[in-house]
Amino acid sequence: MALGNIGLDLLGQARSLLSYAAEREDVGRTEDDLAFLRDERAFVNVQMVEHPNDDFAVTMARQLLFSTYQLGLYDRLQTSADETLAGVAAKAVKEVDYHRDHATKWVLRLGDGTEESHRRMQNGLDRMWPFVDELFAGDDLERALAGDGVAVDSAALRPEWDAYVDGVLSEATLERPTASWTGSGGRRGVHTEAFGYLLAEMQHLHRSHPGASW
Amino acid sequence: MSERDWPLWEVFVRAKRGLSHQHVGSLHAPDAEMALRNARDLYTRRSEGVSIWVVPAAAIVASSPDEKDAFFEPAGDKAYRHPTFYDIPDEVRHL
Repeated sequence: MALGNIGLDLLGQARSLLSYAAEREDVGRTEDDLAFLRDERAFVNVQMVEHPNDDFAVTMARQLLFSTYQLGLYDRLQTSADETLAGVAAKAVKEVDYHRDHATKWVLRLGDGTEESHRRMQNGLDRMWPFVDELFAGDDLERALAGDGVAVDSAALRPEWDAYVDGVLSEATLERPTASWTGSGGRRGVHTEAFGYLLAEMQHLHRSHPGASW
Repeated sequence: MSERDWPLWEVFVRAKRGLSHQHVGSLHAPDAEMALRNARDLYTRRSEGVSIWVVPAAAIVASSPDEKDAFFEPAGDKAYRHPTFYDIPDEVRHL
């Protein structure tokens, strides 16, 4: 139920951002066109969020790492020079605050729980860690927009992200992993294998029945 | 530890306009912090409340059905205990 609630919060945030993107793009596309009719390479999300929910500890690891990043991002976006982005961020920051709290509580309990839960929580972190650097990589466009006070330079979020995550990991008796490789390219449309399956599930109904409504 | 081993918690929610917490249901959780969060996710997702209490079900002392007659029957015929013979001033809103 908690994951369903979190999913709906994120869906709401995505809808706000996609309809704003469609409005700014101004070529007649809607939020639905952007969500359901773009192909894989046209999505520029980070790779961390593509991982399937195949194991609860992996999901909680991803939730902790990603919502800590999101919280810093939305917190700063609240003062964006763009009023729409600032509005979306002001609503989202409260939602994400709860997502991080939920993930934190579970990581603490699984990490500092039984031998088995500790092992699986550590495994979850190890599997997600290669995707951490990409969260803070940024690009020229982001830095330019940050310079104008519209966007946030994600590299600047790293110190407080490190401090929070390290605090949780140490309280949970977990080790901060060292990634042997680093995922990258999500922001350029390069995705992991899992993303194709995710898109297929999300888009097949809309594509099979164009324009359907109920 | 399976979920069946988790203790039962009773959940009380106070609605925005409500004056007191009302019992809304119960759930299983490993500890108080998680019980509170599970209650938030289960019972307040449609803006039902602004405050939640969780209480270990084991901490509740309940009257027994066997004691029903001795406990409640004697009040049955004492209608004069209802304050229906008084005029209630308009300013008293929550009686």
